[in-house]
Amino acid sequence: MDEIRVLSATAILGYGFPVESFTEGMKRKPHVIAVDAGSTDPGPYYLGAGKSFTDYNSVKRDLEIMIPAAIEANIPVIIGSAGGSGGKPHVEFNLQIIKEIAKEKNLSFKLAVIESELDKELVGAKMKKGEITPLYPAPPLTEDDLEKTVRIVAQMGEEPFIKALDEKADVILAGRAYDPCVFSALAIKLGFDRGLAIHMGKILECASIAAVPGSGSDCMFGYLHQEDFVLEPLSPIRKCTTLSVAAHTLYEKSNPYVLPGPGGAIDLHQSNFEQITDNMVKVSGSRFIPTEEYFIKLEGVKKVGYRTISVAAAKDPVMIEKIDSIVQSVKDRVRNNFEAYGIKDFFLDFKIYGKNGTMGLFPGIDDRIAHELCIVIEAVAPTQEQADTICGFARSTMLHFGYEGRISTAGNLAFPFSPSDCKVGEVYEFSIYHLMKVEDPALHFPITYINFVNGI
Amino acid sequence: MEYSLRDVASVIRSKNSGPYELTFDIIFKDFDLYEKVKAAKVICEKAFAERYNIPESNIMNLVYFDPAKAVKITIVRPIPSGSLGETDVYGAQQHSPLMNYTFNL
Repeated sequence: MDEIRVLSATAILGYGFPVESFTEGMKRKPHVIAVDAGSTDPGPYYLGAGKSFTDYNSVKRDLEIMIPAAIEANIPVIIGSAGGSGGKPHVEFNLQIIKEIAKEKNLSFKLAVIESELDKELVGAKMKKGEITPLYPAPPLTEDDLEKTVRIVAQMGEEPFIKALDEKADVILAGRAYDPCVFSALAIKLGFDRGLAIHMGKILECASIAAVPGSGSDCMFGYLHQEDFVLEPLSPIRKCTTLSVAAHTLYEKSNPYVLPGPGGAIDLHQSNFEQITDNMVKVSGSRFIPTEEYFIKLEGVKKVGYRTISVAAAKDPVMIEKIDSIVQSVKDRVRNNFEAYGIKDFFLDFKIYGKNGTMGLFPGIDDRIAHELCIVIEAVAPTQEQADTICGFARSTMLHFGYEGRISTAGNLAFPFSPSDCKVGEVYEFSIYHLMKVEDPALHFPITYINFVNGI
Repeated sequence: MEYSLRDVASVIRSKNSGPYELTFDIIFKDFDLYEKVKAAKVICEKAFAERYNIPESNIMNLVYFDPAKAVKITIVRPIPSGSLGETDVYGAQQHSPLMNYTFNL
């Protein structure tokens, strides 16, 4: 076999793709259709709460096209990082969708489900053995953090996928997976170069984002050979150029030359990008450098409470001038009011848009102030009720606060909504972003199989 | 001659690279100017740290990447993505201080 052809349907399962592009892809007789469904980008909430950040109908729409087409062509469909975060409830979310599609379309196929959620006990035992190391700049894992952690997933490499392919699975639904794996697994199983296969997967996982004009909701096609791989966008309006592909290598990575993953890293120092047609680019020279021991990446989140927010605005120039001291006074008043009552353990924050709000993480870099401010009052407390209390009290205190020089005495805030306060629910923070040493790359990723016969 | 980064770059962007890092990409419009910027190391740790009011030690990586005529800077995220105090969960709007960056060549 001298070529493996891979169809990447879309950048994230549920982001969609034009049927025309997908049909073009199928005409090229792919050996596998793959899609990555996950990311940590939307933040810690989704992993913690067990919710998908992509929508049920959007995911179903994509799979409803992909799965029947693959069964018809007798090729596998591989889905990685199901439900966005890859935990048990996320895999279950996607499994329900597949079951529904199978039933509605009366399909017969073998499904492999690969889980990636880890027990805290396992991680605790590994921690005691010194087999958990933080991924800088994440801090070392403490017993306290592990105790508070509500869900942990591990990123699998190609190995569990290869096992499922060996068992002749037609559709593979996997929990958290290193993004490129769903594209590289079949090629690596068949003996193609690991460095090239993973580098191609790195680009295919974002589908048409690596083309110009870029798009997160269009297909991309990859041809992997022994010495190189070729990328081709499937819409006539897009082109892959050496620049668009090279530039994509930068995207969301720490260092464009060395891209670490399970079991090793791909080294792009010798990579060569060559324009071979108007819209196709050939890449060669990428190498896989294995690590001596096999590490998988863990992601975990802890629950820190419940959030309530209130959105308001201010236009009064005196108020705007004094906003910093007003915020401090309101914070003091809230704390003072509830201290003796027993609500002490809360986080109260004011995001001031119009005064370096967006880049508040970098104080002191922009002293410009807008002619009006948007103020987001945020309270996080151990219970939703307490968060409501703190946010509501901060809001009413700020509304009527008698700051120095005040001449607008009816109220300090303009509320766009009634009710003014909004319960946001559970709040999570990342607590684990660590590497775990494993003896066997497939050990912690159990696979179960379901045979669908005429939809059931 | 004085240049402003927003005039000579085709892409200036920021984004998370995982929950604990922020990464910035500056892709130049043409190779000539990129080579000059690279040779003069106009974009360097010191200049970046000043722009963002952070210690240079928080810069994890500053790499000139020739295939894309780009400079990539990766820093320690001031807080992990989505933690209390967050203002930009995806980290996609932290790039503007780079746009007004001016330099002489």
